[in-house]
Amino acid sequence: MLSIPIEYYLILSAFMFIVGVTGVLIRRNAIVVFMCIELMLNAANLSLVAFSSYHGNPVGQIFVFFVMTVAAAEATVGLAIIIAIFRNKLTVNVDEINIFKW
Amino acid sequence: MEFYDIIFYLFALITIGSAFVVVTSRNIVYAAFSLLFTFFGVAGIYVLLGADFLAIVQIMVYVGGILILLLFGVMLTNKITSVEIRTGTVHLLPAAIGIGILFGAIISVMLWTNWNISPEPIPPSTTANIGRELITNYVLIFELLGMLLLIALIGAASIARRDKE
Repeated sequence: MLSIPIEYYLILSAFMFIVGVTGVLIRRNAIVVFMCIELMLNAANLSLVAFSSYHGNPVGQIFVFFVMTVAAAEATVGLAIIIAIFRNKLTVNVDEINIFKW
Repeated sequence: MEFYDIIFYLFALITIGSAFVVVTSRNIVYAAFSLLFTFFGVAGIYVLLGADFLAIVQIMVYVGGILILLLFGVMLTNKITSVEIRTGTVHLLPAAIGIGILFGAIISVMLWTNWNISPEPIPPSTTANIGRELITNYVLIFELLGMLLLIALIGAASIARRDKE
Protein backbone atom coordinates (compact mmCIF):
# COMPACT_ATOMS: atom_id res chain seq x y z
CA MET A 1 0.00 0.00 0.00
CA LEU A 2 2.69 2.49 0.95
CA SER A 3 4.84 1.66 -2.06
CA ILE A 4 2.81 4.14 -4.11
CA PRO A 5 3.39 7.77 -3.15
CA ILE A 6 0.37 9.63 -1.84
CA GLU A 7 0.60 12.12 -4.71
CA TYR A 8 -0.62 9.44 -7.13
CA TYR A 9 -3.88 9.06 -5.23
CA LEU A 10 -4.24 12.82 -4.98
CA ILE A 11 -3.68 13.30 -8.71
CA LEU A 12 -6.26 10.59 -9.45
CA SER A 13 -8.68 12.40 -7.16
CA ALA A 14 -7.89 15.72 -8.90
CA PHE A 15 -8.58 14.14 -12.30
CA MET A 16 -11.94 12.81 -11.10
CA PHE A 17 -12.85 16.20 -9.65
CA ILE A 18 -11.92 18.00 -12.87
CA VAL A 19 -13.95 15.55 -14.95
CA GLY A 20 -16.91 16.24 -12.64
CA VAL A 21 -16.47 20.02 -12.97
CA THR A 22 -16.25 19.67 -16.75
CA GLY A 23 -19.51 17.75 -16.82
CA VAL A 24 -21.31 20.31 -14.68
CA LEU A 25 -20.07 23.12 -16.95
CA ILE A 26 -20.74 21.64 -20.39
CA ARG A 27 -23.74 19.32 -19.99
CA ARG A 28 -27.25 20.69 -20.06
CA ASN A 29 -29.25 17.70 -18.78
CA ALA A 30 -30.02 18.05 -15.08
CA ILE A 31 -29.58 14.32 -14.41
CA VAL A 32 -26.10 14.26 -15.98
CA VAL A 33 -25.17 17.36 -13.96
CA PHE A 34 -26.29 15.37 -10.94
CA MET A 35 -24.06 12.42 -11.85
CA CYS A 36 -21.12 14.80 -12.19
CA ILE A 37 -21.78 16.17 -8.71
CA GLU A 38 -21.58 12.59 -7.43
CA LEU A 39 -18.25 12.26 -9.26
CA MET A 40 -16.90 15.32 -7.47
CA LEU A 41 -18.07 14.01 -4.08
CA ASN A 42 -16.33 10.71 -4.83
CA ALA A 43 -13.13 12.53 -5.73
CA ALA A 44 -13.15 14.41 -2.42
CA ASN A 45 -13.81 11.15 -0.57
CA LEU A 46 -10.91 9.50 -2.36
CA SER A 47 -8.43 12.13 -1.25
CA LEU A 48 -9.79 11.96 2.32
CA VAL A 49 -9.31 8.18 2.43
CA ALA A 50 -5.80 8.56 1.02
CA PHE A 51 -4.86 11.09 3.70
CA SER A 52 -6.42 8.94 6.44
CA SER A 53 -4.59 5.85 5.26
CA TYR A 54 -1.19 7.49 4.86
CA HIS A 55 -1.53 9.29 8.16
CA GLY A 56 -2.26 6.06 10.03
CA ASN A 57 -5.46 7.52 11.50
CA PRO A 58 -8.88 5.93 10.84
CA VAL A 59 -10.81 9.04 11.95
CA GLY A 60 -10.59 10.41 8.40
CA GLN A 61 -12.65 7.46 7.22
CA ILE A 62 -15.45 8.41 9.62
CA PHE A 63 -15.57 11.78 7.88
CA VAL A 64 -15.91 10.00 4.55
CA PHE A 65 -18.78 7.99 6.03
CA PHE A 66 -20.52 11.26 6.98
CA VAL A 67 -19.91 12.70 3.50
CA MET A 68 -21.52 9.61 1.97
CA THR A 69 -24.59 10.03 4.19
CA VAL A 70 -24.99 13.65 3.19
CA ALA A 71 -24.49 12.64 -0.47
CA ALA A 72 -27.32 10.13 -0.16
CA ALA A 73 -29.62 12.78 1.35
CA GLU A 74 -28.61 15.21 -1.41
CA ALA A 75 -29.33 12.63 -4.10
CA THR A 76 -32.85 11.95 -2.82
CA VAL A 77 -33.88 15.58 -2.45
CA GLY A 78 -32.22 16.64 -5.71
CA LEU A 79 -33.94 13.94 -7.73
CA ALA A 80 -37.27 14.80 -6.12
CA ILE A 81 -36.76 18.42 -7.19
CA ILE A 82 -35.82 17.36 -10.74
CA ILE A 83 -38.93 15.18 -10.99
CA ALA A 84 -41.12 18.01 -9.69
CA ILE A 85 -39.61 20.39 -12.28
CA PHE A 86 -40.13 17.81 -15.02
CA ARG A 87 -43.78 17.48 -14.05
CA ASN A 88 -44.31 21.24 -14.42
CA LYS A 89 -42.08 22.09 -17.41
CA LEU A 90 -41.82 18.69 -19.18
CA THR A 91 -38.05 19.15 -19.58
CA VAL A 92 -34.87 18.62 -17.57
CA ASN A 93 -32.71 20.79 -19.81
CA VAL A 94 -31.21 23.40 -17.49
CA ASP A 95 -31.17 25.98 -20.29
CA GLU A 96 -34.94 25.86 -20.61
CA ILE A 97 -35.62 26.16 -16.88
CA ASN A 98 -35.39 29.95 -16.85
CA ILE A 99 -38.64 31.19 -15.32
CA PHE A 100 -36.70 33.58 -13.06
CA LYS A 101 -35.19 35.29 -16.09
CA TRP A 102 -36.93 38.13 -17.92
CA MET B 1 5.76 -4.28 -4.41
CA GLU B 2 5.09 -4.39 -8.12
CA PHE B 3 1.69 -6.03 -7.62
CA TYR B 4 0.13 -3.04 -5.84
CA ASP B 5 1.25 -0.73 -8.64
CA ILE B 6 -0.51 -2.82 -11.29
CA ILE B 7 -3.73 -2.97 -9.25
CA PHE B 8 -3.59 0.77 -8.64
CA TYR B 9 -3.11 1.65 -12.31
CA LEU B 10 -5.88 -0.78 -13.31
CA PHE B 11 -8.42 0.74 -10.94
CA ALA B 12 -7.30 4.28 -11.76
CA LEU B 13 -7.77 3.56 -15.46
CA ILE B 14 -11.26 2.13 -14.87
CA THR B 15 -12.23 5.12 -12.73
CA ILE B 16 -10.96 7.87 -15.01
CA GLY B 17 -12.07 6.18 -18.23
CA SER B 18 -15.63 5.59 -17.11
CA ALA B 19 -15.77 9.09 -15.60
CA PHE B 20 -14.93 10.44 -19.07
CA VAL B 21 -17.72 8.34 -20.54
CA VAL B 22 -20.15 9.79 -17.97
CA VAL B 23 -19.34 13.29 -19.15
CA THR B 24 -19.09 12.71 -22.89
CA SER B 25 -21.79 10.09 -23.55
CA ARG B 26 -24.83 11.40 -25.38
CA ASN B 27 -27.11 8.68 -24.04
CA ILE B 28 -28.03 9.18 -20.38
CA VAL B 29 -28.46 5.47 -19.71
CA TYR B 30 -24.89 4.81 -20.90
CA ALA B 31 -23.70 7.62 -18.63
CA ALA B 32 -25.49 6.06 -15.65
CA PHE B 33 -23.97 2.64 -16.34
CA SER B 34 -20.46 3.99 -16.69
CA LEU B 35 -21.00 5.78 -13.39
CA LEU B 36 -21.41 2.25 -11.99
CA PHE B 37 -17.86 1.38 -13.14
CA THR B 38 -16.54 4.62 -11.65
CA PHE B 39 -18.02 3.75 -8.27
CA PHE B 40 -16.60 0.22 -8.45
CA GLY B 41 -13.17 1.59 -9.36
CA VAL B 42 -13.22 3.97 -6.40
CA ALA B 43 -14.28 1.08 -4.14
CA GLY B 44 -11.31 -0.92 -5.41
CA ILE B 45 -8.95 1.93 -4.59
CA TYR B 46 -10.47 2.11 -1.10
CA VAL B 47 -9.59 -1.58 -0.64
CA LEU B 48 -6.08 -0.82 -1.86
CA LEU B 49 -5.82 1.94 0.75
CA GLY B 50 -6.89 -0.43 3.54
CA ALA B 51 -10.36 1.07 3.99
CA ASP B 52 -12.38 -2.15 3.72
CA PHE B 53 -15.45 -0.87 5.56
CA LEU B 54 -15.69 2.19 3.32
CA ALA B 55 -15.35 0.06 0.20
CA ILE B 56 -18.39 -1.99 1.22
CA VAL B 57 -20.30 1.16 2.18
CA GLN B 58 -19.36 2.71 -1.17
CA ILE B 59 -20.79 -0.24 -3.07
CA MET B 60 -23.92 -0.47 -0.92
CA VAL B 61 -24.76 3.24 -0.76
CA TYR B 62 -23.60 4.47 -4.16
CA VAL B 63 -24.23 1.46 -6.39
CA GLY B 64 -27.18 0.06 -4.47
CA GLY B 65 -28.84 3.35 -3.60
CA ILE B 66 -27.80 6.48 -5.43
CA LEU B 67 -27.25 4.87 -8.83
CA ILE B 68 -30.61 3.07 -8.75
CA LEU B 69 -32.20 6.38 -7.76
CA LEU B 70 -30.48 8.10 -10.70
CA LEU B 71 -31.73 5.42 -13.08
CA PHE B 72 -35.24 5.96 -11.73
CA GLY B 73 -34.75 9.66 -12.40
CA VAL B 74 -33.66 8.94 -15.99
CA MET B 75 -36.67 6.70 -16.56
CA LEU B 76 -39.12 9.16 -15.01
CA THR B 77 -37.89 12.30 -16.75
CA ASN B 78 -37.45 10.95 -20.29
CA LYS B 79 -40.32 9.49 -22.17
CA ILE B 80 -39.08 6.05 -23.17
CA THR B 81 -40.97 6.19 -26.44
CA SER B 82 -39.34 9.40 -27.60
CA VAL B 83 -35.79 9.00 -28.90
CA GLU B 84 -34.78 12.45 -27.73
CA ILE B 85 -32.37 11.49 -24.93
CA ARG B 86 -29.36 13.29 -26.39
CA THR B 87 -27.99 16.43 -24.81
CA GLY B 88 -25.87 19.03 -26.49
CA THR B 89 -22.55 20.32 -25.26
CA VAL B 90 -22.27 24.08 -25.26
CA HIS B 91 -20.05 26.86 -23.84
CA LEU B 92 -16.86 24.91 -24.56
CA LEU B 93 -14.34 27.75 -24.59
CA PRO B 94 -15.16 29.43 -21.22
CA ALA B 95 -15.48 25.99 -19.65
CA ALA B 96 -12.05 24.97 -20.98
CA ILE B 97 -10.39 28.13 -19.61
CA GLY B 98 -11.97 27.75 -16.16
CA ILE B 99 -11.18 24.05 -15.96
CA GLY B 100 -7.58 24.62 -17.03
CA ILE B 101 -7.00 27.20 -14.31
CA LEU B 102 -8.65 25.03 -11.65
CA PHE B 103 -6.73 21.91 -12.72
CA GLY B 104 -3.40 23.73 -12.68
CA ALA B 105 -4.11 25.16 -9.23
CA ILE B 106 -5.11 21.79 -7.71
CA ILE B 107 -2.22 19.84 -9.23
CA SER B 108 0.42 22.42 -8.29
CA VAL B 109 -0.81 22.53 -4.69
CA MET B 110 -0.79 18.74 -4.49
CA LEU B 111 2.70 18.35 -5.92
CA TRP B 112 4.45 21.18 -4.10
CA THR B 113 3.17 20.47 -0.61
CA ASN B 114 5.17 18.33 1.79
CA TRP B 115 2.51 15.95 3.07
CA ASN B 116 2.90 14.80 6.65
CA ILE B 117 3.00 11.03 6.23
CA SER B 118 3.16 8.63 9.11
CA PRO B 119 5.56 5.70 8.56
CA GLU B 120 3.38 3.01 10.10
CA PRO B 121 0.30 1.90 8.13
CA ILE B 122 -3.14 1.67 9.65
CA PRO B 123 -4.31 -1.67 11.14
CA PRO B 124 -5.52 -4.24 8.59
CA SER B 125 -9.18 -4.00 9.54
CA THR B 126 -10.56 -0.55 10.26
CA THR B 127 -14.16 -1.57 10.95
CA ALA B 128 -13.72 -2.04 14.72
CA ASN B 129 -11.99 1.33 15.07
CA ILE B 130 -14.63 3.14 13.04
CA GLY B 131 -17.45 1.56 15.05
CA ARG B 132 -15.81 2.47 18.34
CA GLU B 133 -15.25 6.08 17.27
CA LEU B 134 -18.82 6.38 15.97
CA ILE B 135 -20.40 5.49 19.31
CA THR B 136 -17.95 7.40 21.52
CA ASN B 137 -16.41 10.57 20.11
CA TYR B 138 -18.70 11.17 17.16
CA VAL B 139 -22.02 9.93 18.56
CA LEU B 140 -23.67 13.38 18.33
CA ILE B 141 -22.85 13.79 14.63
CA PHE B 142 -23.98 10.21 14.06
CA GLU B 143 -27.39 10.92 15.59
CA LEU B 144 -27.67 14.22 13.72
CA LEU B 145 -27.02 12.39 10.46
CA GLY B 146 -29.82 9.97 11.25
CA MET B 147 -32.09 12.98 11.77
CA LEU B 148 -30.86 14.52 8.49
CA LEU B 149 -31.66 11.34 6.59
CA LEU B 150 -35.16 11.26 8.06
CA ILE B 151 -35.74 14.91 7.09
CA ALA B 152 -34.41 14.26 3.57
CA LEU B 153 -36.72 11.25 3.22
CA ILE B 154 -39.82 13.20 4.27
CA GLY B 155 -38.83 16.22 2.18
CA ALA B 156 -38.17 14.17 -0.96
CA ALA B 157 -41.48 12.34 -0.60
CA SER B 158 -43.43 15.56 -0.15
CA ILE B 159 -41.69 17.34 -3.05
CA ALA B 160 -42.07 14.50 -5.53
CA ARG B 161 -45.65 13.65 -4.53
CA ARG B 162 -48.31 14.37 -7.09
CA ASP B 163 -50.86 16.84 -5.76
CA LYS B 164 -54.45 15.69 -5.74
CA GLU B 165 -56.60 17.90 -7.90
